[in-house]
Amino acid sequence: MTTSWKPTADITTLKRRAQYLADVRLFFAERGVWEVETPILSPAAPTAPYLDSFATDYTPIGTQVKQTHYLQTSPEFSMKRLLAAESGSIYQIARVFRNGEQGRLHSPEFTMLEWYRTELTLNQLMDEVNALLQQVFNFQPVSRLSYRGIFEFYLKINVFNCTDEVIKQCAIQRIKGLPEGLDMDRDGWLELLMSYIIEPRLAAMKLPLFIYDFPASQAQLAKIKKDSVGNKVADRFELYIDGVELANGYKELLDADELRQRFESDNQQRQQQNKPEIPLDENLLAAMQSGLPECSGVALGLDRLIMLVLDKQAINQVQSFSFEHA
Amino acid sequence: MASVSTNQFKGGLKFMLDGDPCSILENELVKPGKGQAFNRVKFRNLKTGRVNERTFKSGDSVESADVMEIELEYSYTDGEFWYFMDPETFEQHAADANAIEDCKKWLKEQYVYTVTQWNGSPLLVTAPNFVNLTVTDTDPGLKGDTAGTGGKPATLETGAVVRVPLFMNIGDLLRIDTRSGEYVERAKA
Repeated sequence: MTTSWKPTADITTLKRRAQYLADVRLFFAERGVWEVETPILSPAAPTAPYLDSFATDYTPIGTQVKQTHYLQTSPEFSMKRLLAAESGSIYQIARVFRNGEQGRLHSPEFTMLEWYRTELTLNQLMDEVNALLQQVFNFQPVSRLSYRGIFEFYLKINVFNCTDEVIKQCAIQRIKGLPEGLDMDRDGWLELLMSYIIEPRLAAMKLPLFIYDFPASQAQLAKIKKDSVGNKVADRFELYIDGVELANGYKELLDADELRQRFESDNQQRQQQNKPEIPLDENLLAAMQSGLPECSGVALGLDRLIMLVLDKQAINQVQSFSFEHA
Repeated sequence: MASVSTNQFKGGLKFMLDGDPCSILENELVKPGKGQAFNRVKFRNLKTGRVNERTFKSGDSVESADVMEIELEYSYTDGEFWYFMDPETFEQHAADANAIEDCKKWLKEQYVYTVTQWNGSPLLVTAPNFVNLTVTDTDPGLKGDTAGTGGKPATLETGAVVRVPLFMNIGDLLRIDTRSGEYVERAKA
């Protein structure tokens, strides 16, 4: 019981982390993208069924009133309100919170680099992520492959026209030790194949990769479009380095009505799972109603990136005090 | 029996799986995309010694296993059981052939072994990392060969056969690494 007060990362690591943060700020300053700060606490939160926000109560002095506020899981909603107010391109290095998630690559509290570029296509945003990784973090250039392509390459299935059953059987045969009678939807099985089969192969090949054109059902807050062969796809990418999921980028959905529908269907799923419904962010919906400019945005897990670049094994090795030692 | 939830999983945790006690080696949270979370667990089946993998839905529970590790001194065998004694209470514990299989060739009286007990009876006996054992049979030593090139087989007092340098003789006491089964150095008596 002698060392528990000490930092989880060594001081040399923390100084290098500080330098990377300074270099990231310089990278954006040179590109005319300005740094913003937005509230960590909000009465609204994302509705995604498997994303749990921390909740706390605001109590005005002298009252017994309890007003639930959520700690942000990403600064996305308030940054989009700035975009709707004609901020132009902006970035933020934000502390974000996700309840329950802890492990080698997960922490209930971590640092996210999130930025939005007006007028950039998703392809151009991938170019910019690539430039950041090479200039600031000295990584090799990142290759690109579609979601359809990666599943064809590693699993020999066409994710857009095979049946749910084919995907399920593929997962059950390839992944050993799954819980018996596991029941999930198509996307659940696809995500499992990605985690258990594809990510380890990307890690083994040391191949940094953007995966783009996700199934439309995994659109989240991205626009939906047709790919080159006519499949409905989400205009979205994910960045993998050494098999670690590092960043998630969208051609941002602009349609407030569609977003409301996605939020409400999330809340229905939450109800079915006996999880509390989450109040919709009406401010975000109103901002989108008034007009969000065409933009592309990406959120990147800075702890994971710094972990990889410093050749560490777990994100708590690049955090001053990990969650268990906070 | 108490149950443990996946959020308490960590290396060394003992739990029951398909009727066998198991020990967790690695536990990783898998949270794919926006989907539900899983715990991917690598574990050793303490009965068979085999390492395997299993995925649990995060939040599920398993039964904990009443497994304890204690340090006991080896006393003797009657051919059916191997008897280990608690050096403080002098209590005897009988281990069967399965439990001592892996360390049988390193069993020497009065040495202390780690005994994994399940529901109060020895499940697995693990040898200390190093033991000193006497050579009971080997070809005559070659004087002058101190470089230890080549080597030769030597039978030790426990019946184990290890490769030793050519200059070793019957009656020499050797330090052996039980994990690799290799000769380390000549031991001081």
